[in-house]
Amino acid sequence: MAEIILRCKGSIGIMVEAEVIRPDLFAGKKKEEIEELLVWQGQKPLPLSEFFDVDVSRANPSETRPEEANILIEGDVSRVKRIGQGMLAGRIEICGSAGMHLGTEMAGGSILVRGDAGSWAGMGMLGGKLHILGNGADHIGSAYRGSWRGMTGGEIQIDGSARSQLGGGLTCGRILVAGNVENFCGIRQSGGLILVKGSAVRGTGAEMNGGTIAVCGAIKQFSPGFVETSREENVLLGDVQLEGWFRKFTGDYALGKNPKGSLYCKGGLEDAGNAQFR
Amino acid sequence: MTAATNNTTIIRNGHVFDPLNEINGDIKDIFIKDGKVVSSLTSAEQRDATIIDATGKTVMPGGVDSHSHVAGAKVNAGRLMRPEDHYKSVRTKTALTHSGSGYTVPSVYKQGYDYAAMGYTTVFEAAMPPLEARHTHEEMRSTPILDMGAYLVLGNNWFVMRCLKEGDVEKAAAYVAWMMRTHKAYGIKCVNPAGVENWGWAKNVHGLDEPNIHFEVTSREIIHGLAEVNELLGLPMSLHLHTNNLGHPGNWEITRDSLAIPSDIKPSQKTGVEWAETKMNSRRKQSVYLAHAQFSAFGGSSWRDFQSGVAGLVDYVNKCDHVVIDNGAVPFGPATAMTGDGPAIHDLYMLSGQKWSNTDVEMECGSGVIPFVYLKSSPISSIQWAMGLELLLLINDPWKTIMTTDHPNGGVFTQYPQVMTWLMSKKARDDTAKECHKWAYDKSSLGGVDREMSLYEMAILTRANPACTIGMAYRKGHLGVGADGDVTIYDIDPGKLNLNDTAALTARLARPDFTVKDGRIVARQGEIVAVPEGRRYYCRPHVDDALEKEMLADVKDWFKYYTVGFANYPVPEKYLKNPVAIPVHNAEAEALARR
Repeated sequence: MAEIILRCKGSIGIMVEAEVIRPDLFAGKKKEEIEELLVWQGQKPLPLSEFFDVDVSRANPSETRPEEANILIEGDVSRVKRIGQGMLAGRIEICGSAGMHLGTEMAGGSILVRGDAGSWAGMGMLGGKLHILGNGADHIGSAYRGSWRGMTGGEIQIDGSARSQLGGGLTCGRILVAGNVENFCGIRQSGGLILVKGSAVRGTGAEMNGGTIAVCGAIKQFSPGFVETSREENVLLGDVQLEGWFRKFTGDYALGKNPKGSLYCKGGLEDAGNAQFR
Repeated sequence: MTAATNNTTIIRNGHVFDPLNEINGDIKDIFIKDGKVVSSLTSAEQRDATIIDATGKTVMPGGVDSHSHVAGAKVNAGRLMRPEDHYKSVRTKTALTHSGSGYTVPSVYKQGYDYAAMGYTTVFEAAMPPLEARHTHEEMRSTPILDMGAYLVLGNNWFVMRCLKEGDVEKAAAYVAWMMRTHKAYGIKCVNPAGVENWGWAKNVHGLDEPNIHFEVTSREIIHGLAEVNELLGLPMSLHLHTNNLGHPGNWEITRDSLAIPSDIKPSQKTGVEWAETKMNSRRKQSVYLAHAQFSAFGGSSWRDFQSGVAGLVDYVNKCDHVVIDNGAVPFGPATAMTGDGPAIHDLYMLSGQKWSNTDVEMECGSGVIPFVYLKSSPISSIQWAMGLELLLLINDPWKTIMTTDHPNGGVFTQYPQVMTWLMSKKARDDTAKECHKWAYDKSSLGGVDREMSLYEMAILTRANPACTIGMAYRKGHLGVGADGDVTIYDIDPGKLNLNDTAALTARLARPDFTVKDGRIVARQGEIVAVPEGRRYYCRPHVDDALEKEMLADVKDWFKYYTVGFANYPVPEKYLKNPVAIPVHNAEAEALARR
């Protein structure tokens, strides 16, 4: 295992776009070569060494294979965007919080963030694993703006909470959130699994046509296009075991006549007086 | 290549394909002076000329696209509603060129550069609603390099429909003449005649003799009326028709019947322009130019028994002499459907459930925009792919056909090289047929077609015939003396053409060695090296003064229904960069004709 350590030199003003921070891109490069990789700050391309001290642990880094490369990022990189974008292999560990677009369109390898992740983390992800120990912002694991085809593979795990539009357009893969989500979780979902251990605000599963969402807490404002189909105990979703009784809904009928989306909800449906709960 | 010190260019020793001058791959030098093709240069001029060595290469006139959607409100609606179309198709700024983005609906700068890099120098916008003319001209003036023009959408215009219902073709002609001058338009486009008006009431028309709501005019009356107006005025291009029932299984029959409507109308071009020399007659012969025939040649009766209806349509086109078609090929991949045919786009929305934009252009027309993907795994897309190619391969006379993708409806203009390869190589077609749904060959006749088009025929379909059909062959689409010095030089040696290496052929067609515009090199192997301003063509037709006065009084009264004032309606000429007004049927035109 080759360790590449990036130490943030200080606070960053204008946000930096650093899609070059990729283990599979660093693999086989010497310290100097990594330092020379260009990142953008505003309209200026600058070397990575402008923002980071680079340390390479291995004596002969050219022998490092992509899957062996391990990047450790120390310091606050919440103003560094696109870390791990499109990565195919290797590992990134971020000790603090990460900026927007972390692991966007990553296809393999893994990313661990000890702090929070900015919006669009794991956007259009194809494979690999993204683990956020803190909270996620908006559009985590969603589709790009305007697209209805989001994540097609891989897994995102959030130990904290996430904000709106988590897993928008999810077609495959899964997203597990230990905390809460806000609005339009799983909008336009067509496959895959979203599990929210906490509660959701509104629009959960709006316009979904396939796949599964499970909310273990409450959904504050339920989407109108869902119909309750059954009540199930200790539901098994793939290898995820839910505990207790869940109501199962099908939807979203707002989108079409025969939607295939499944929404499991456990908590007290606060506006459960709605007519659609037959 | 040596540096130029004056305005002369010589393209030496290339294999020239110039169908209007019946030059079929002969090794020839092309001389250009002050932007125009000349027969020779003095030795002093030759010494200082920019010289391009085209030995072992294919030389064609600059590409002419007679039907593309590249400017105006609906194109911009497509850009706005499709951010996902842009973020992976980005062009960075250079010292010379602007940045840009967009795959199926690129920004105007990117469009200009991409067309030029592909060897095209002239592109006409196929649908300009009168009220959106200002927007269309704004986008055309910002499009670099290309010479452009736009066709005015008139098939569901209230004033036109009223005149035609009353049988007053002369008054309709007076109105159309005024509208073309007012909006700086080049030709007449007729989209789903009578049907788009009904779309205002969530309806459509499905037959040629079905009177529409309120105006009670039929598609037949509109098609015949506008074709008559076109020739009464003597416009450079014929009526450009988008037929009824577009995109519906079984629509090939109404298309055939629609094409028969203007068969009694004689083409009559009364433009006051000077014609560059050509061996063949370069005046148009057609009285109707059918748009994106593929979408109007559907067979079967539903999506379940859907099949190609090309054979029936082609049978008619092969027998008559008054029709030219462009094919509207489907080269697979992402597209953005955009048309003035609002109900057709709604049908597509009902099929795909995609995000959809619909616009009603008050008193004039409408439009719809929707993203679409043609998948090789889809049986329908696969048949459409086959149909687009069938249309060009089964119509015997290449002078009746034009190659397009109806950009960005069937596909993107940057896929033209791929379409050309399919037309030129049966192996390329067979290879694709193996990758796509078996219905491609099962439900069309493409699998049995052995025809492989030559470079000469490709020059007809992509240069000479589009220019003839829209009346631009007075300066475009050939390399006769007096023609514009627009030239494409492909790295293709016709003697060593290998139709089995289809990837290489496509790559060479996509990235010509040189694109020359008005004698100046604008692109070299895909890279833009000069960014001259293009011209914007429009027609200035005229009718009898008394008739015009009478019509205008009526139109002014008519403006009580418009949300814009009469004085704010016209697009002033200063709005256009490098405008070229083509006088039609007036004193100016007649004086030139007598000369």
